Amino acid sequence: MACYLSTPKHMAFYWSFGTVLVLLAITAPLALVFGFGGATAARAQLAPVRWFGKAYIAVVRGVPDIAFFLFFVIALDQGFEYLRHQVFCPDWDQPIRQGNDFLVCPAAKLPLSTSPQVWHEIYGFFLAVLTFAIVFGAFAANVLFGAMRAVPQPQLETAAAYGMTPRQTFWRILVPQMWVYALPGLGNLWMVLIKATPLLFLLGVEDIVYWARELGGTKTARFTDYPHGDWRMWYFGALLLFYLAFTKLSEMVFDRVMLRLTRGQATLAGEAQRKAAA
Amino acid sequence: MKKLILTTTALALSASMAFAGGHGKTVRMGTEGAYPPYNFINDKGEVDGFERELGDELCKRAQLTCEWVTNEWDSIIPNLVSGNYDTIIAGMSITAERDEVIDFTQNYTQPDPSAYLAKSADVDLAGGVLAAQTGTIQAAFVAQQGWTLLEFATPEETVAAVRNGEADALLADKSFLKPIAEEDAELMLLAREELIGGGVGMGLRESDGELRAKFDAAIQSMKDDGTLNALIVKWEIGETF
Repeated sequence: MACYLSTPKHMAFYWSFGTVLVLLAITAPLALVFGFGGATAARAQLAPVRWFGKAYIAVVRGVPDIAFFLFFVIALDQGFEYLRHQVFCPDWDQPIRQGNDFLVCPAAKLPLSTSPQVWHEIYGFFLAVLTFAIVFGAFAANVLFGAMRAVPQPQLETAAAYGMTPRQTFWRILVPQMWVYALPGLGNLWMVLIKATPLLFLLGVEDIVYWARELGGTKTARFTDYPHGDWRMWYFGALLLFYLAFTKLSEMVFDRVMLRLTRGQATLAGEAQRKAAA
Repeated sequence: MKKLILTTTALALSASMAFAGGHGKTVRMGTEGAYPPYNFINDKGEVDGFERELGDELCKRAQLTCEWVTNEWDSIIPNLVSGNYDTIIAGMSITAERDEVIDFTQNYTQPDPSAYLAKSADVDLAGGVLAAQTGTIQAAFVAQQGWTLLEFATPEETVAAVRNGEADALLADKSFLKPIAEEDAELMLLAREELIGGGVGMGLRESDGELRAKFDAAIQSMKDDGTLNALIVKWEIGETF
């Protein structure tokens, strides 16, 4: 049993947990940045910027995730390669699209077909992070947009009365206070993001669900030292526990952050904290 | 966190820079890794099977450096044409439909009869539910007959469907089903077989004629000196040439 659980294939399975965690660790802040940018753009004074922000939120939120993941990533990849093609091979005379084939010059390939497999995996991972960040950034933008509007108007008016510029009002009054309104929505998004990580396999990244399915599948004695029946139930069961434990942990962290954020805020929870202390 | 993002970006950039000067062609071999004995992931987590051995030998003969990549069966053709790898070597039968989108080398297996896997010998094929993997010649065949077809993304799931009674039988390549039927007393192959498909070949982009010619020549040389037959016997992939 110990031998079985420590085959190199199982090691790949354990590593993939790390992949998922790293993905989350990079994607979440990046999505927040996209969200913050989107929300700020959607509130902008300048009409084209505002339209761009609103369009980003509306379009990305409206397109089904799976369509986005299948279409957008291939388009993104081809877009990168097209740009590199223009830069590196200006005197390439063949068309890039030949029937179904997408052909750029070898130097424009991303990563180059000569580079080792690990770069291909890192590149796939990078595409995954970017796609996740764009999708979840749109949702986060919507949450933050709402949170910014939830900050009581008198607060902003007071800031203006004290002579703060709009920029100062935004950074010193609006942004610090909006998090308390944004947190429940962002917490939700985080939970959804955790559960969305299996979409990774669509992008060619071998994640925990891929390995669980591969390891759990029936193995006949001819092709392995450890033949077994259909064990997918057990592997997926382990994943279930992992996801449950992870989301539970996240909830606990969010509760603590919420507690910290409501301190001194003009909200019901903030008021309750003040009374309890007094 | 900022540092983490920066590091990743830097990594991704250096990935594309560091190798920008490299020359020499590496051929990336795309396979599914879930269809023993053709191709599967072994205990070491590497691609293994008939096509692994065959592909390595072909690359040696054609003097190419090859690298193995796995990809879902569903999107194996789109990823070939968009250039994520250069060949499909995944037990893919040569059909006219696929030939419109990609090109094939000559076949490296004889047309393998497709067999039915079921729990009992007296399954009513026309009235029952038949499982097959999406996008295979077997799925197309079942649909053509007008029988009830239940499609799954992986071969593994089609077998599971027969085991738990969701499907009455499944249709797949005989060489894939044989080891499964031999090990499981509950399952058996029906006497009836279907001769569909024109043998398995390697898939390449239509614009990649040069690479195709190289592999074609390598397959021919393996056919001529009998090494291909030896591999077919070793992995029990149907008839020899």
